[in-house]
Amino acid sequence: MSQADSTMEGHATGLTVGPAFSIPTKKLAIWLFIIADTMTFAACLVAYGFLRNGSADWPRPFHSITNVALMTLILLTSSLTMLIGLRAARAGGKAGAFRWTMITAVLGILFALLHVREWLGLIHEGMTLFKNPWGNGLFGASFFSITGLHLCHVTGGVIALLAVGVRYRGGRYNADDIEVLGLYWHFVDLVWMFVVPLVYLLNLAH
Amino acid sequence: MATAEASKSGGMGKDLVVYVCLLALAGFQFAIAYQHLDTSQMLLRMLAVAIVEAGLAVLFFMHLWTEKRGFAVFVLVFTIFVLLTMQYGWTDSTRMVVGAPFSK
Repeated sequence: MSQADSTMEGHATGLTVGPAFSIPTKKLAIWLFIIADTMTFAACLVAYGFLRNGSADWPRPFHSITNVALMTLILLTSSLTMLIGLRAARAGGKAGAFRWTMITAVLGILFALLHVREWLGLIHEGMTLFKNPWGNGLFGASFFSITGLHLCHVTGGVIALLAVGVRYRGGRYNADDIEVLGLYWHFVDLVWMFVVPLVYLLNLAH
Repeated sequence: MATAEASKSGGMGKDLVVYVCLLALAGFQFAIAYQHLDTSQMLLRMLAVAIVEAGLAVLFFMHLWTEKRGFAVFVLVFTIFVLLTMQYGWTDSTRMVVGAPFSK
């Protein structure tokens, strides 16, 4: 082996040995996904804000906060149950971790059902992607796209919770996989903290 | 998770405290919605509360607090930088109220 080969090999080895930031690769991957997804949601919310700020007749169709408050409570509680599941998994309590992961999934399903019920109510009142009875037609497009994107994340998260939970119980996945899934689920919760004030509360009829 | 890291992340008690704080902050957001404020003031207050909520969730629920410092700095600096650069178009949206292509 020439000295040049040796040097290059040594250089490459120095760059690639060990995961970046000394954290597990799966966790790094989900964090990079979360950063990228943050940009997606942020772009949607900024575009929504741009439209809302630039429109003279932006609708304020929400008369009650009961449904959205309940949805918020459910999603925040699901983050707590996810944490309890992770702690159980770390402690080696396989049954407990599975149970709390499934409870989290059920809360996610409940959230999605409430969301769909709200959508159906708005559609029943005449709101579509392109028009609504209250004002600027772009409200429907922005409302359905932002909340729909979030609902897609919740739905995907529920499917992942069920799949990872079952495979964890079967021994194919371990506590690290629960943690990675938990990071995603908390992120979905975090996004909701911005969707609620911007999309719902600022459009509350007074 | 290593024992030291587990110790640093605290127990279930800390999770519950953060959960209650998040509920309280979410409730505060709902209370702001019923105050008689103009939209920009309401937006600023709600966003401020949402940022605090997000900070709590990222640091304690997502355990960024216990990650390697270099990683936490990477995540926060990169994310906050891009989020801030997205805000450059707001002044143009204000012009739109007069220019009005979206308000028809």
